[in-house]
Amino acid sequence: MARRPGSIAALFVLSLIAVPIGAVIWTAGGIAGLNAADWAAFRFTVWQALVSAALSVGLAIPVARALARRRFRGRSALITLLGAPFVLPVIVAVMGLLAIFGRSGLVNTVIGVLGLPPMTIYGPQGVILAHVFFNLPLAVRMLLHGWLAIPAERFRVAAQLGQPVGRLLEKSMLRRTVPGVLAVVFLVCTTSFAVALILGGGPRATTLELAIYQAVRFDFDLGGAATLALVQLGICVLAMAALLLTDVPDALGAGLDRTVDRWDGSTVRDAAVLGLAAMFLLLPLLAILQSGLTGLERMPVSVYAAAGRSILVALASMTLCMGLAIAIVTHGRTWPRIVATLPLSLTALVLGTGLFIVVFPMLRPSSVALPVTALMNALFALPFAVRILSAARDDAEAQFGRLADGLALKGWARMRLLILPRIRRPLGFAAGLAAALSMGDLGVITLFASGGQETLPLAMFRLMAAYQTEAAAGAAVLLVALSLGVFWLFDRGGRVGAGT
Amino acid sequence: MKITFSVIAGLLATSAVAQDNVLTVYTYDSFVTEWGPGPVVEAAFEETCDCDLRFEGAGDGAALLSRLQLEGPRTEADIVLGLDTNLTAAARETGLFAKHGISPDLDLPVDWTDDHFLPFDWGYFAFVGNAGDPAPDSLRELADSDLSIVIQDPRSSTPGLGLLMWIKTAYGEEAGTLWQDLSDNILTVTPGWSEAYGLFLEGESDAVLSYTTSPAYHLIAEEDESKVAWAFEEGHYMQVEVAGKVAGTDVPDLADRFLAFMLAEEFQSAIPTTNWMYPAVVPEGGLPDGFETLIEPARALLLSPEEAAAKRDAALEEWRAALAQ
Repeated sequence: MARRPGSIAALFVLSLIAVPIGAVIWTAGGIAGLNAADWAAFRFTVWQALVSAALSVGLAIPVARALARRRFRGRSALITLLGAPFVLPVIVAVMGLLAIFGRSGLVNTVIGVLGLPPMTIYGPQGVILAHVFFNLPLAVRMLLHGWLAIPAERFRVAAQLGQPVGRLLEKSMLRRTVPGVLAVVFLVCTTSFAVALILGGGPRATTLELAIYQAVRFDFDLGGAATLALVQLGICVLAMAALLLTDVPDALGAGLDRTVDRWDGSTVRDAAVLGLAAMFLLLPLLAILQSGLTGLERMPVSVYAAAGRSILVALASMTLCMGLAIAIVTHGRTWPRIVATLPLSLTALVLGTGLFIVVFPMLRPSSVALPVTALMNALFALPFAVRILSAARDDAEAQFGRLADGLALKGWARMRLLILPRIRRPLGFAAGLAAALSMGDLGVITLFASGGQETLPLAMFRLMAAYQTEAAAGAAVLLVALSLGVFWLFDRGGRVGAGT
Repeated sequence: MKITFSVIAGLLATSAVAQDNVLTVYTYDSFVTEWGPGPVVEAAFEETCDCDLRFEGAGDGAALLSRLQLEGPRTEADIVLGLDTNLTAAARETGLFAKHGISPDLDLPVDWTDDHFLPFDWGYFAFVGNAGDPAPDSLRELADSDLSIVIQDPRSSTPGLGLLMWIKTAYGEEAGTLWQDLSDNILTVTPGWSEAYGLFLEGESDAVLSYTTSPAYHLIAEEDESKVAWAFEEGHYMQVEVAGKVAGTDVPDLADRFLAFMLAEEFQSAIPTTNWMYPAVVPEGGLPDGFETLIEPARALLLSPEEAAAKRDAALEEWRAALAQ
């Protein structure tokens, strides 16, 4: 096994994290302690992330199962669309959620007609609702890959023996897949900031990320910011350690990649599950589209230029991300994968500030705004890509590795003939996700961009800040369309001829 | 490889060579958008200065200051435009700013004595609601009502910090109690102005913390008379937006000329309908039609920069304690 590319990629990622944080600490002259408010933020952050992760994954299991065992028209489109919330910029998604669950939203309108007291989204329930909205799709997709990885031959055996599929096949698959999905969603939720604040209803819902924002922006307390960033990384390392302890080997073995025609389970119940999930995830999306269509024509030309830049950044970011991910995944050892997970817990503000400190003495920061954004977006998408590819690559090696060894299949030939064909489906998904995440990201760019380099999310945000609400809603529609577009394109590429 | 090297060298060259007729102004994002004052100001100044005026947008007022602190004395900025008086004490402490040396003739409801920073516009914070809805007459009445409001977080937003200072100035020792009574009116707290205003426009709340001049935008730009600001008996806290000259500027004369230009007719007349604030010097033709419909607070409240800086942390703690219950 060629290890070197993987080691280099992992060290590169590690340096991309360590150098900026180091620069922040060096500028601050050291790190600071945590005060009482920071601890309160820590507790709230971990608590809401645990609840959000448990609910997201708990609800994702029936949805993924229904998708795995049913075949119907539009299934493929539904799978793509269900992924949308995850790649939306936060403020767009929040506006969509409010159109449905807000004070004057659809749900309360219906409730009002029925004469019931209104429900409120503001509070911990709102934070968790929004996190489930964001992460349910991700969890569904990751679990779905687990289902699709169960060899069709095993289902035949189960059918012949008259054994329940759930206990025999699905339980062990879930036992293997769920902890990883839980960990990823938990970590995504630990870096929540705007969602937690807007829907949390006030300072009760203060997360570590907000504390970092305050430290950098209002107190210019870089030491405090760096400390909080290290706490976030600590949470990530602990979560990954816990994940390693729960790791169990695959007991299902290899298959011949036949498509499964399932006979078990209630069609009605699966239809209901899919219907509810689709409503929950797609209604807010429809609300965004509906409110933004009139704004499309009010958008200034500069928004299209920003969209063009965003597409380029997304493609560059996706390419880099996939390169790193493949190198890290084929390394085979655990440590590069843990390094690749760290960006999940990184805050764009501290990382961006650190990069700014590094770049500023050499270059005008605004002259490298777009390359830096592409690099950072690749970094932030890497954990998902590595997570998605790991299982598939390991299965391929476990099942066919000895055969490949026997055939002296090494290096690029092994990659081309064994690994790539077997990870094609997750590869397409990961590439789509990386491109779409980059498209919707509004993190580092805000620190670097000046006049002529805004990306689409930044252009949208600036429209909002200039009272141009309608044009901003139009830009949101364009953003959703582009994010979904690139996601669909790559995801689709990975599924051609795969029967799913 | 050669190409990469020459590209990098080229980038280095363009960034490192400071041209003597380039004035770099750091400001907040919304100033430089095509709806903001930026384009008008740039064109007007470049006509008279024989120079290249470059705006560099950097988030909001607070982000602007932290950006400058990050860059330190090596900053390329010649002027920083867009801080407010809640930030100027910290800004002065950095030692990065020079005195402006101008004794301006300003149309501000308060005296201006700051020798480092000059105001270019100002406004009153106010809650903006819908015309025809019940409107409270005071902060106290709002706190006792069951109206819902959206505010901004004082830890991440300048209007949010403004409300904190408003209540502290109006209520002093009683500020904590007022926040407690207000807490059931606060639908939610957003990171910045845009999100809060968006929530209000979507009908989520009865009112939003903004400016008395916000209804003027809807009236003038959208011919929509449905938004009104609530006038409060306690008076309204002001936001005074200022600019300062960076001490290490390599074009001090140009920077001085810009500061003088900032208070002149062409700059000031652009402010009301681009930045939607009051100009620091009322232009000869007066304020645009529509501004006469805005409420005029009976009392203007404003802490000095030093007081604002001194009271901030305790006020923040009061706010957090009251709202965390």
